Amino acid sequence: MGMTITEKIMARAAGRTSVKAGELVNANVDMIMCHDVTTPPAISMLREHGVDNVFDPEKIVVTPDHFQPAKDIKSAELHKRLDSWAKEKNLPYYYKLGRAGVCHALLPEQGHIRPGEVIVGGDSHTCTYGAFAAFSTGIGSTDLAAAIATGVLWFKVPASMKFVLNGSLGKGVYSKDVILEVIRRIGTDGALYRAMEFVGPALKEMTMEARMTITNMAIEAGGKNGIVGFDQTTKAYLSGRLKGKTDYTVFESDANAPYVHEDTIDCSKLEPMVAFPHLPSNGKAVGECKGLAMDQAYIGSCTNGRIEDLRIAASILKGRQVKIRTIVVPATPVIWKQAVDEGLAEIFYDAGCVFSAPTCGACLGGFMGILAAGEKCISTTNRNFVGRMGSPKSEVYLASPATAAAAAVEGKLADCRNYL
Amino acid sequence: MAKAHVYKRDHVNTDEIIPARYLNTDDAVELAKHCMEDLDTDFVRKAKPGDVIVCGDDFGCGSSREHAVWAIQGAKVGAVIAHSFARIFYRNCINCGFYPIELPGALDKIRDGDELNIDYKDGTIENKTQKTKIKFMPLPDFALNIVRDGGLLEHIKKQK
Ligand code: SF4
Repeated sequence: MGMTITEKIMARAAGRTSVKAGELVNANVDMIMCHDVTTPPAISMLREHGVDNVFDPEKIVVTPDHFQPAKDIKSAELHKRLDSWAKEKNLPYYYKLGRAGVCHALLPEQGHIRPGEVIVGGDSHTCTYGAFAAFSTGIGSTDLAAAIATGVLWFKVPASMKFVLNGSLGKGVYSKDVILEVIRRIGTDGALYRAMEFVGPALKEMTMEARMTITNMAIEAGGKNGIVGFDQTTKAYLSGRLKGKTDYTVFESDANAPYVHEDTIDCSKLEPMVAFPHLPSNGKAVGECKGLAMDQAYIGSCTNGRIEDLRIAASILKGRQVKIRTIVVPATPVIWKQAVDEGLAEIFYDAGCVFSAPTCGACLGGFMGILAAGEKCISTTNRNFVGRMGSPKSEVYLASPATAAAAAVEGKLADCRNYL
Repeated sequence: MAKAHVYKRDHVNTDEIIPARYLNTDDAVELAKHCMEDLDTDFVRKAKPGDVIVCGDDFGCGSSREHAVWAIQGAKVGAVIAHSFARIFYRNCINCGFYPIELPGALDKIRDGDELNIDYKDGTIENKTQKTKIKFMPLPDFALNIVRDGGLLEHIKKQK
């Protein structure tokens, strides 16, 4: 029996020639992502346990993002703890305010993600980096503390599920619609404890940005990791971008690798999707739900706050006026600058949007766009749980940047294909 | 005596267990005040130390915030029994020395208000109200050792 790409990466990291799904392994960690919510407690734990060391400063990337710039005194204290630790430990990849951005957009953009590596982060959407043929998963603060101090974590090798993305995406249909369809099919725990591997011609046609939107949401199906094989698109994205170590190992799934589930999605048949409250699996084709009035549109986050997403949104908003509060948040400072240089910021301003500095902010109900009771928000984020963006009585509808922009223009759920 | 607080729900997520508006602190006492707030605003008032939360599938799905476990521990909840747990939450529980009890069919076996007695060694729950004994799958040994040591960091320290 062959091995999947996930199994091969785990085997390599565990110093083994082969591993099987279900086995427990101790794996060496190649990269650790640290942000402002889960890392300060990890630092405190390390201090309390008298193991206040960093196994390898080159393998740690720090960026405040959830509540940055600090939204209140308490979050300022979190940032202060993060900042003094990063300075004390002389961490070379510490992104301070002004260069900090939404973690899962920032790390790949700044060249910290390499194929074949094991990456962990104190954030559930760490699975995003699997778009680069890496094993990447989210962990809590205690695991984070252990990883920072020792560089080793135990893992259960996940069984793999294969999703074949066939055909070609039609006009107005994006990778966000594909992943919402996958989650609609298998449910929010359909991939519990498993690796979600994405293959197929529609995937091959996608940019790295679009692929990241797919792997980003693997956790919304309960997945341990999402993963995409290496190809020329991956190579081109990485070339000239990698910081520190520039070589990497490419693994691919064997033809006879074991999968516990296989599913095929004909992407040519997909419509723009909207996931209704309060689960990402409540996807509906936009045709079934057009006309539902919204109060706010939010375009941003680690799912869809990259430059490609802002370009798509701007193409719809250009020369039009938004009917509802619309908040556009570039995920990183580089994206922010690109949006300004390309004239997108002006389009958003002219359309009547707020164009903010990079932050997670409203995505998790932190600040910069909180919803009141009874309000509805069309959002390009990844989660629409109760209270996710504010009041427990508010509602979040997940969609692509195009669908969010079309809804902003009409003030209600709308078909973006009428604007493209 | 531990009382069961039953929520007939699947996918009780970390945003309900501890909403992000309280994530600007990692103080367990502070977090405990808001434990389960977006699912049941009365929970903290109703729950006595040692009481048990009982839910359906996929408990703890969503964010990796260990704050969810700290809030539950801080509120002195004795145990969480669920049909199944989301992966990161499950792992966080073990890492914090908190035993997550996986029990398929829990919602049929335990009713709101039932008095429970949990024996972790035997892997049994005595439902005093219903006069039944329920078996659950004990944690695998490696995880049990971490829980017994009081969490992952204590465990690592002991091994050194
Ligand atoms: S943008 Fe939202 S989902 Fe992404 S890391 Fe930030 S809070 Fe989490």
